[in-house]
Amino acid sequence: MKLSEKAEEILEAMWIAAEEEGQGFAEIEKIGVPADDPVYKELTGLAYIEIKGERAYFRPEGRKEGEKTIRRHRLAERLMMDVLDMRGENGHSKACQFEHLLNEGVDTKVCTMLNHPATCPHGRRIPPGECCLEARRRGDLGVVPLTELKSGEEGAIAYIQTGDSKKMQKLVAMGVLPGNRIRLLQTFPSYIFRVGYSEFAVDTNMAREIFINRQ
Amino acid sequence: MTLFRSRLRRRLRKGCSCHGPLADASCGVRKVALVGNPNVGKSVLFNALTGTYATVSNYPGTSVEVARGAAIIGGVSFQIIDTPGMYSLLPITEEERVARRILLEDAPDAVIHVVDARNLERMLPMTVQLIEAGLPVILVVNIMDEAERLGIAINIPLLGERLGIPVVGAAVARKRGLAEIQGKISCYAKREHSLPRYSAWLENDIAEIAGLLRGKYGLSTKAVALLLLQRDREMGDLVRIAEGDGFAALEAKIGEKIYARRESFHLDLSLERRRITEKILEGVFRAPDERKVTLGEKLSRWSVRPLTGVPLLCIVLYYGLYQFVGVFGAGTIVDFLEGTVFEKYFNPWITEIVRGFIPWPVWQELFTGEYGVITLGLRYALGIILPIVATFFLFFSVLEDSGYFPRLALLVDRIFKRIGLTGRAVIPMVLGFGCDTMATMVTRTLETTRERIIATLLLALAIPCSAQLGVILALLSQEPRALLIWGFCLILVFLLVGLLAARVIPGETPMFYMELPPMRLPQLSNILTKTYTRMQWYLLEILPLFILASILLWIGKITYFFDKMAVWTAPVMAAIGLPQETAVAFIFGFFRRDYGAAGLYDLQTKGLLNARQLTVAAVTLTLFIPCIAQFLIIKKERGLKVAMAIGIFVSFFAFGSGYALNKILATTGLL
Repeated sequence: MKLSEKAEEILEAMWIAAEEEGQGFAEIEKIGVPADDPVYKELTGLAYIEIKGERAYFRPEGRKEGEKTIRRHRLAERLMMDVLDMRGENGHSKACQFEHLLNEGVDTKVCTMLNHPATCPHGRRIPPGECCLEARRRGDLGVVPLTELKSGEEGAIAYIQTGDSKKMQKLVAMGVLPGNRIRLLQTFPSYIFRVGYSEFAVDTNMAREIFINRQ
Repeated sequence: MTLFRSRLRRRLRKGCSCHGPLADASCGVRKVALVGNPNVGKSVLFNALTGTYATVSNYPGTSVEVARGAAIIGGVSFQIIDTPGMYSLLPITEEERVARRILLEDAPDAVIHVVDARNLERMLPMTVQLIEAGLPVILVVNIMDEAERLGIAINIPLLGERLGIPVVGAAVARKRGLAEIQGKISCYAKREHSLPRYSAWLENDIAEIAGLLRGKYGLSTKAVALLLLQRDREMGDLVRIAEGDGFAALEAKIGEKIYARRESFHLDLSLERRRITEKILEGVFRAPDERKVTLGEKLSRWSVRPLTGVPLLCIVLYYGLYQFVGVFGAGTIVDFLEGTVFEKYFNPWITEIVRGFIPWPVWQELFTGEYGVITLGLRYALGIILPIVATFFLFFSVLEDSGYFPRLALLVDRIFKRIGLTGRAVIPMVLGFGCDTMATMVTRTLETTRERIIATLLLALAIPCSAQLGVILALLSQEPRALLIWGFCLILVFLLVGLLAARVIPGETPMFYMELPPMRLPQLSNILTKTYTRMQWYLLEILPLFILASILLWIGKITYFFDKMAVWTAPVMAAIGLPQETAVAFIFGFFRRDYGAAGLYDLQTKGLLNARQLTVAAVTLTLFIPCIAQFLIIKKERGLKVAMAIGIFVSFFAFGSGYALNKILATTGLL
């Protein structure tokens, strides 16, 4: 069954306190939802949590549910920042609204689209989902920016993502085209790569915009 | 033979015969344009065809100027036009815009597209664009020799058949294929091409736009439509004028198409072109699976890794700049030319002759006096400056042709970013050590106005030109500590002013990207011609100025203007701890930087300067205002306002630095 948004917020707050900060429980007054709120009834009724005095404890089912909600929240944050380019307070509040839409199925799609990110924009861990584990089993390396490659590594150019269309035209005209094989030769002080029989040097900013399909 | 005849028939059918002068009389001088990516051998081909000289270099983007030369091919005279490198018909940089304008405005009778055989696959999309633009294209697949060495095989006749244009396999630098190219030029006949088509949606869009075009553009309507779809602003302006009333409907249609394909039009188009290229090259181009690693590639690896690249740079600078230009050029040769030839033999001899012809001492002075046109102007120009500049340009040409500069550019990019430039600026900066005037001209190849201004400022301020450098190295070499302090000051000023300029001048530093041409062993003949042309430019540029300066100095002397000037500027000179005679060197310096340095050299030989004064004078003079020629070029390239601002800033900064340095040296007792 689908939880209410408030219930999801509680599970998130509890998960951070109990799991991430490692104290094993959450203090109700720090959760942000008053103790007499009926939402606690909803959660205890589902056998997700237990309330003992001032503290809330996860039950095994609830812990699993909490992990999923926190995953959805952090995926939403990544989506806001990486794809929609919404940052700061606005990005955060939009992520808070958006996460509730990432129900089973949608989160998998978003996660795959973002290439199974491991951390949220604030550097916190995103608990891996089924899709992430599956991708790891298949050895799926996915699409990464050129900066992620080690020198000597090879791949195919997946796409070029630059805000400056002139720059893209230039790269494309020089032969840096999606589908072409690319081999990274050096990463410092500039990135040097080879496409066909030609070598190119680009700076870090430019390298970040060339995405490679590792093979 | 039958093939030839059928070709001839086709030509005749089209009504264009190109045999004999009869047919040519109607069209005046025929024009042939050379186009292609940078560094594929356009300029070498130009030189081979015309016998005149265009600067050839192994550095992308050095031909800014368009070279035109005459050639007689098969008894007919042609004008050959060498264009700056271009990657596509859609221009992005200024050079590409210049190149395309030639295609549009000169309406050449043949367009030779020169490509690098090794990178045929990458360069063929532009051939496709040229053909589809309806231009009379001849494809020259150049550098075949290097490609063959790598094990690449190209079926040239089949390629020609697929494209429907004349194709020649060549190695122009080795004169291979030259006769065949000339043959194709003198007998050029346009044929129907049969290029593979784009996908249906794209062909549809093109046809819809092309159908609305009524004007004449020098390119096919298909090409114009494609450029409009790619939002080519220059083409848009042309179309706006040519179409008149019809433009509004056209603009609406283009806007609609662009919006419908807004996601990735450029990319889709490139991918389609690649698909076409792959189709054309099927069975034409065969490359081995294994790449051979050549010695050049190994050397290239060493030159770009910081751990080996920095020591390599130091070796290059030490042997090239210090030993060859400084010790050999400015030392050995100058000693011989200036000390022995001029001072010992030529000057006393000419002085005698002039005394015999002209009885009035004042007029004798004009030619052979202290500031005489011959004894000073000619002596400075030929005895001191010429050998230094010659050795520098020789050194520079070797580096340029070996392909070292792009590697240097990527090595320094991170540092240059801090001072608001990219690695690309390394070429004008290094060239500045030869001649700042020439280097200021080359700043045109930089991407943004901001970069150009910063580069111009740094060239005017902190980069001593070779002549100045040579004289100062000679002056300070007796006092290693002075040389060290001088060098340290210049590097400090370069970085400090660069950092400041990057903060003060608004705008962003562009991204850095550059193609690395293969490292090559430079060809001696090429280097010699290149050095010769640069020398020629230089001498034509400086000799008149030297003579003019001598005359002005002579006037200054006979009117006692200098004595007054020296008295007026005495407080300034005193403030930076120099004897008032030094003022003259600074006045010289305004005519030419090297002239000023040479003036300092005279003061030193007279024993008027001690080590500290010499160091302060050298630093101040190096930083001091650019010479007249450089100032004029700054004005031409950047405008009067920027030129004035730079001139004033540099003058104040130079004397300020001199003052500070003098105080520091005096209080710390370093010198």
